[in-house]
Amino acid sequence: MITFEDVSKTYAGPGKQGGDRAALAGVSLSVAPGEVFGVIGASGAGKSTLIRLINGLEKPSGGKVVVDGDDVAALGVEGLRSLRRRVGMIFQHFNLLSSKTVAGNVAFPLKLAGRSDAEVKARTAELLERVGLTDFANKYPAQLSGGQKQRVGIARALATGPKVLLCDEATSALDPETTEQILELVSNLNRELGLTIVLITHEMDVVRRVCDRVAVLEGGKVVETGPVEQVFLHPASATARRFVTEADGVPGEAGAAVDGRVVRLTFRGEATYRPILGAVARETGVDYSILGGRIHRLRETPYGQLTLSLTGGDVEAAIRRFQADGVRVDLVAEAGR
Amino acid sequence: MSAFMENIDWSEIGQATLDTLSMLGGSMVLTVLLGLPLGVILFLTGPSQMLHNRIANGVLSLVINILRSVPFVILLIVMIPLTVALVGTSLGVAGAIPPLVAGAAPFFARLVETALREVDKGVIEASFAMGARRRQVVLGALLPEAMPGLIAAATVTAIALVSYTAMAGVVGAGGLGDLAIRFGYQRFQTDVMVVTVVLLLVLVQALQMVGDAVVRKVSHR
Ligand SMILES: Nc1ncnc2c1ncn2[C@@H]1O[C@H](COP(=O)(O)OP(=O)(O)O)[C@@H](O)[C@H]1O
Ligand SMILES: [Mg+2]
Repeated sequence: MITFEDVSKTYAGPGKQGGDRAALAGVSLSVAPGEVFGVIGASGAGKSTLIRLINGLEKPSGGKVVVDGDDVAALGVEGLRSLRRRVGMIFQHFNLLSSKTVAGNVAFPLKLAGRSDAEVKARTAELLERVGLTDFANKYPAQLSGGQKQRVGIARALATGPKVLLCDEATSALDPETTEQILELVSNLNRELGLTIVLITHEMDVVRRVCDRVAVLEGGKVVETGPVEQVFLHPASATARRFVTEADGVPGEAGAAVDGRVVRLTFRGEATYRPILGAVARETGVDYSILGGRIHRLRETPYGQLTLSLTGGDVEAAIRRFQADGVRVDLVAEAGR
Repeated sequence: MSAFMENIDWSEIGQATLDTLSMLGGSMVLTVLLGLPLGVILFLTGPSQMLHNRIANGVLSLVINILRSVPFVILLIVMIPLTVALVGTSLGVAGAIPPLVAGAAPFFARLVETALREVDKGVIEASFAMGARRRQVVLGALLPEAMPGLIAAATVTAIALVSYTAMAGVVGAGGLGDLAIRFGYQRFQTDVMVVTVVLLLVLVQALQMVGDAVVRKVSHR
């Protein structure tokens, strides 16, 4: 549905010559139809630039972006308008028109597309129903909560019946509970409408909840891509590891201050709920202290991750015992000093 | 008290008030018709805007600055030949309107530009992302979003025009300002001065109140 072939983007620097900065360099990736694709990266990594290349809000400096069969850079004015009707977008700060009502905002893209009044009216009502804002049709954005504003944003983005939905930090301005609701709505749209979704975030938690695959962006380059389980449970790049430990609430240097061997245990599926820790400790005589961890779901699969320091007894045997039970063990740090 | 009011000719005051109102009305309409598009173009050709054009923006900006830096009294006099060419006379209400518009339109254009700059860039970007043409972005998003600021700009401009109309009295435009200068100032008729100034104050106050009320009505922030 979307492919990036060796795409780079350089913004002209503030001065007349020089000072150009590369926001993206040599980015290649592809997003399959019906997939929820996450892009995670720190602030300034180039995430917004990447997503804005998809609907032609930015032009690539090099390489090619193909969306729904169209080479975005090669499209003329009308071609680009047609593409933008097939690619909806929502934003961190919602970007609703404060001068229009909720219904007016949702109707706006339909009017831009030249739909008849009757069609605009019917479609607007249908969309407001879908996002649960029928009763708010005549309110203005300023009268809504953040979550409601984002729902208006979503209804508006869906108005022209797009195949792709772009979400640029769509939940970053929302509280955790509202974030949950919006992500749920996005997930439903993906399932029910078969919408392809590109979701940009700096929070691993958001990726974990809704994405099928994720690309990790650092300094304008993709440093890791893969299924969410793989990147989340076994990150290969330092950047991905940082996002994961951040999401787990384990400080990166947790091992440094404690004795023993620091390991991270990953439980998946059934093993998540088995009382394995005590059994292993009794059998091998190791002592453990828990440095951090959590039990969660990756989309539908429960998983647990625990960071422990193991001391005394037969540490090697304990590790083998965990592995025999289907628990993945990653060494985080050797005896702390 | 009756002695104080002895110089007042109420029918003359009434006529002067009407003259001031028609100068204000006529010049305000033309100022908006001219200044609004100028302000929009000034904004759109500005740095990193959708019609960015250094030369067009620079020239327009310079012309506006020149007109704004000429004191209005000078503009009144310098414009007399042009005014005669445009409306056939440099006197009366008709003769006052061209210089009033020339003085106020650049001022209003600047205020329009400022009001447009206040519009959230994200909203403009979202409009493009929805497949809007430039024209649709300007008419459907930019101007409606800037409406409270534009109304406030129009209010400030209308009030500036009230004081310009008073100065226009110098070239025989008539109106309340003319009365204040000719009778109140030159003939020391303090009562005429007081009445005209009070009427001008009422006019300014009314414009401000109406302007503020409309801003509240169109503002949904
Ligand atoms: N319009 C622009 N002009 C100049 N530099 C820009 C522009 N947009 C983004 N950048 C720069 O490009 C880099 C990536 O920005 P962005 O894509 O917004 O990152 P992110 O969304 O990941 O925070 C940053 O260094 C930013 O300063
Ligand atoms: Mg961003």
